[in-house]
Amino acid sequence: MLRIKEYVKAESLAQAYELNQKRANRIIGGMLWMKMGTVNVHTAIDLSGLGLDGSEERKDEFVIGCMATLRQLETDERLAVLGSGILKESVKNIVGVQFRNLATVGGSLAGRFGFSDVLTAFLALDTEVELYKAGRIPLAKFAAEGAGSDILVRVFVKKDDRRCVYLSHRNTKTDFPVLTVALSSARSGIRVAAGARPQRAILVPADECLNKADAADIFEGRADKEALQAYAAQLAAKVPTGSNMRASAAYRSHLAEVLIRRGLTALNEQAAKERGKKDAD
Amino acid sequence: MQIRITLNGRKITEDVSPDLLLLDWVRAHGCYSVKRGCETSNCGLCTVFMEDKPVLSCSVLAVRADGKRIETLEGLRKEAEEFGAFIAGQGAEQCGFCNPGMIMNAIALFRENPEPSEEEIKEYLAGNLCRCSGYEGQLRGIQAFLAYKKGGGIQ
Amino acid sequence: MKTVGKPVIKKDAMALVTGQPVYTDDIAPKDCLIVKVLRSPHANALVKQVVKEGAMRIPGIEAVYTWEDVPGKRFTMAGQTYPEPSPYDRLILDRHMRFVGDPVAIVAGADALCVDQALAALKVEYEVLPAVLDFRKAKDHEVLVHPEEDWRSLCPVGADNRRNLCASGSMEKGDVDKVLADCDVVVSGSYHVQAAQQTMMETFRTFCYIDTYGRLNVVSSTQIVFHVRRILSHALDIPKSMIRAVKPRIGGGFGAKQTVVSEVYPAFVTWMTKKPAKMVFSREETQTASSPRHEMEVSVKIGADKTGNIRAIDVHTLSNTGAYGEHGPTTVGLSGTKSISLYGELDAHRFTYDVVYTNKMSAGAYRGYGATQGIYAVECAVNELAAKLSVDPVKLRLDNMVREGQVMPAYYGETNTSCALDRCLLKVKDMIGWEEKYPCRELGNGKVRSVGLAMGMQSSGISGVDVGSATIKLNEDGIYTLLIGAADMGTGCDTILAQMAAECLDCPVDEVIVSGADTDTSPYDSGSYASSTTYVTGKAVEKACEKLTRQIKERACQILSCSDETLFFDGHQAKDLDTGKTVGLKEIGTASMCGNNVALQVTETHSSPVSPPPFMAGAVEIELDKETGHVEIIDYVAVIDCGTVVNPNLARVQAEGGIAQGIGMALYEKVQYTEDGKLLNNSLMQYKIPTRLDVGKIRVEFESSYEPSGPFGAKSIGEIVINTPAPALTHAIYNATGIWFKELPVTSEKIAMGLLK
Repeated sequence: MLRIKEYVKAESLAQAYELNQKRANRIIGGMLWMKMGTVNVHTAIDLSGLGLDGSEERKDEFVIGCMATLRQLETDERLAVLGSGILKESVKNIVGVQFRNLATVGGSLAGRFGFSDVLTAFLALDTEVELYKAGRIPLAKFAAEGAGSDILVRVFVKKDDRRCVYLSHRNTKTDFPVLTVALSSARSGIRVAAGARPQRAILVPADECLNKADAADIFEGRADKEALQAYAAQLAAKVPTGSNMRASAAYRSHLAEVLIRRGLTALNEQAAKERGKKDAD
Repeated sequence: MQIRITLNGRKITEDVSPDLLLLDWVRAHGCYSVKRGCETSNCGLCTVFMEDKPVLSCSVLAVRADGKRIETLEGLRKEAEEFGAFIAGQGAEQCGFCNPGMIMNAIALFRENPEPSEEEIKEYLAGNLCRCSGYEGQLRGIQAFLAYKKGGGIQ
Repeated sequence: MKTVGKPVIKKDAMALVTGQPVYTDDIAPKDCLIVKVLRSPHANALVKQVVKEGAMRIPGIEAVYTWEDVPGKRFTMAGQTYPEPSPYDRLILDRHMRFVGDPVAIVAGADALCVDQALAALKVEYEVLPAVLDFRKAKDHEVLVHPEEDWRSLCPVGADNRRNLCASGSMEKGDVDKVLADCDVVVSGSYHVQAAQQTMMETFRTFCYIDTYGRLNVVSSTQIVFHVRRILSHALDIPKSMIRAVKPRIGGGFGAKQTVVSEVYPAFVTWMTKKPAKMVFSREETQTASSPRHEMEVSVKIGADKTGNIRAIDVHTLSNTGAYGEHGPTTVGLSGTKSISLYGELDAHRFTYDVVYTNKMSAGAYRGYGATQGIYAVECAVNELAAKLSVDPVKLRLDNMVREGQVMPAYYGETNTSCALDRCLLKVKDMIGWEEKYPCRELGNGKVRSVGLAMGMQSSGISGVDVGSATIKLNEDGIYTLLIGAADMGTGCDTILAQMAAECLDCPVDEVIVSGADTDTSPYDSGSYASSTTYVTGKAVEKACEKLTRQIKERACQILSCSDETLFFDGHQAKDLDTGKTVGLKEIGTASMCGNNVALQVTETHSSPVSPPPFMAGAVEIELDKETGHVEIIDYVAVIDCGTVVNPNLARVQAEGGIAQGIGMALYEKVQYTEDGKLLNNSLMQYKIPTRLDVGKIRVEFESSYEPSGPFGAKSIGEIVINTPAPALTHAIYNATGIWFKELPVTSEKIAMGLLK
């Protein structure tokens, strides 16, 4: 049961930051996951009065406020198409619309939950997060280190040429995922994120598996089936997996290879299709 | 702490504990349609509108609803009757315990998307669990209601 | 017929869809004491000491009770007719903790906050004992779940607490071993079904208060008000006359509320304090300390000759009743009687069983009540037999299924008086497109579409045991009141019984008021379980209405001063055919209240010596992803013979709902324990029931037989509908993968990893 002694709707980030330095105080995002544990909070810090619930398109990036809801990733037309629409794709299976109207982007990332679809998807994009004190850092670094007593304020997603795909396996449609993967293919290379392993999402060291030419093949849609299969096997081997109530490590490792191969294949096919279209024009 | 909430059109000012959940607050104000089916934000029974958006009232602090408009099925009586009659027309209300939450969320769907496809209906209402109906009767009721609305509200 | 067979809207429908406060917690007095229990963290332990003082000092705390405070007479929480086959193995609070979740202490206080604080402040010293958690090792285990001297079994069910046996027994016809030895083909296998949860949306809840007469009033979300009264009388050791039990609207039951899960705690508090008290189970409590399905391992041997003539079925069931014996001795029976009996004219059959105690959550009644487990096993084995014989499973069944008019030796020798199972199967075959789709079709992308099917049966009430009653009376405005003790738990029995009354009395359904269930005012009814209400209570309604009609006529004769022979009554008015004089129903009703000696109120009771089974066939088409193991349901079709369909809408939704539950149990509703016996699937987050995205398309049709002993030819519908999904899905998964999975749920992991082997 969640017990809260005091509640403060922060009037500034500085105030929120200061309050957040005490261990017994907690920033509340959507409050969905926080509520489920037995938690005794001294002061609940609410950021919802700070205008951080919107998103903004800049010349070369999108800025998403930490209090934007997961539902906004679906309903905001600009965000819904960002990164081939993987943000929308990654949240659509999360419980239900009413849940996603509350759960926040900031809360989902800051919680660094093992099961997070959201973290997995953002990792495949060129994403940075802004911490109040520490400033902008890459999401992968944040995912590994966390916010500590700092505050995640905004999320930045670079606009680029990448094609993305998001895949997950679930025991039922709206359950926590058994495994998530998000892949992107850009001129600069391939990115593969895997989450719900069941530990938190990581970026798979794709460079160790695919050289520049391999990645370029996929980006141009020229990779063949055997190559994709081989890349998938190598990439999946770099995804550490474990067992929990939902599945065993062995099954997750198997799924990692299947989903990564399907992801790579989809990226390759998409590129081939676009190339075909261009050639036809 | 003191909050001011407009509940079903009625302004209420009240002192509440910081950890009081909106679900318990609306029930304490006579909105018994709002049910609790779980403690893990999974069932959808406690759905209310906060500033017109369907949310799980089990997962919202009452203090966070300060200054906001909250609506429950009690405040949507006409819509509930009009749409609910189609669920009843299929016998799909069954035990009825999940109905208020499902009907609230369906009303939200109709407002957002007046002509949803079958897939869109299922996706929007996926967070509303029902153990009685197997969902088919609810779907038939929704589709019959949509056809009735499309026909200008004449049965 | 004017109203029977019509899709009448439920009488309570508009109240429910508009969210009216009609459930237990909506109507509980606001000044109720909040009651919660402290639960054991150990699977097997003795409570050495409970230090209450700290808890008692917390402001607002009214009472803290432990085993030392409660009556010492053992009882059962099973809602069954007395003497209950379930053993008397419970106390309200016991010193001996027998599963993780067993109540140690009851705390009552002014609000949830202080009660939670008090629960945290209770200091309990346990003597932790080794636990028996594996039901396969429980029989004759050195650890006894019920070593106590005062354990009692009231009925001869083969129980022995010294052997961890809640029940055991056998039935046999012919020499099974000999026939099996003589068969050309024998398939055998053991099929494991977990303790699936009913997961009704409304958790267990009860409130109590003392009335004007000093009696304990119990308002509870229950299927069985009369059993609640008796069980509380046993538990509290007070006279039944001091208790009244009432049920308001119920937010689903599915059998869960055929056990007195929550009632004893607030009842004890109110009886002791004389103050109103309320207990609302959390979802976690509902998942971990309630009354789920009995885990069973059903071992089957089926023998046939080369031509596909099934000659013998041998079923052995090992059932796990958990820490207490509720419904243990009875559920197990159905696993044999309702599975073997699907097949007629066997040369021999045998059914043997053991029901064991373990240190896990106790089981109870869940829709299907053992039949689900047995049918899953036998239907899987029959499908495997078809594969072994290389014969179409539809044909194998048509050649062997039980037919109308046959005597069913494994079904207490009853004659199959109404049966359209053959028509059900043929129609299902058509609806699913069996000819084109069986067994499977590769889609070329690692995915395969396949089909599977199964049959099922159930019963209609418990023969010679269940009692249904109805009181019907004429009011002065010509409207009737129907009083029943059956419990509408959302199924619509209030409406269905009113439809029957309206049919008999030739009046609109709206002119029948239904009231129930209340032990003070309702006529006796065993309660709504065992698929009994339509069939048993329905017949009582029919009998009561017939008698009331006779008495209305008698009163009309008095008013018209005519004889019975010349009186014509059409439900609205009575006419003396000689004189042409008439009297309306309203006037008869009014006249019954002035100078009248003819009661226009009738109570009739019905019990049936037989329990005619409803039948069904179900078939499913799935798309299976051979790499991930994911099973997508494309189409589930079911055709049911429940005799006359009293309300097609309500029967259809019963079927669709039961099938969805069966799908969940078959594919992903998991029951996982830690090594210490703690149940992990303790929430809707960890116990995944189907959402509307998971069930695919469900289509239901009816092929009705006519059951002569049922009201208007009706049989039951509520339970049978859960029985086909598990075997049909298992069959479809085999047809897609070539693997027979013999343990539920068949998760995507099992499928994918099975295919990798």
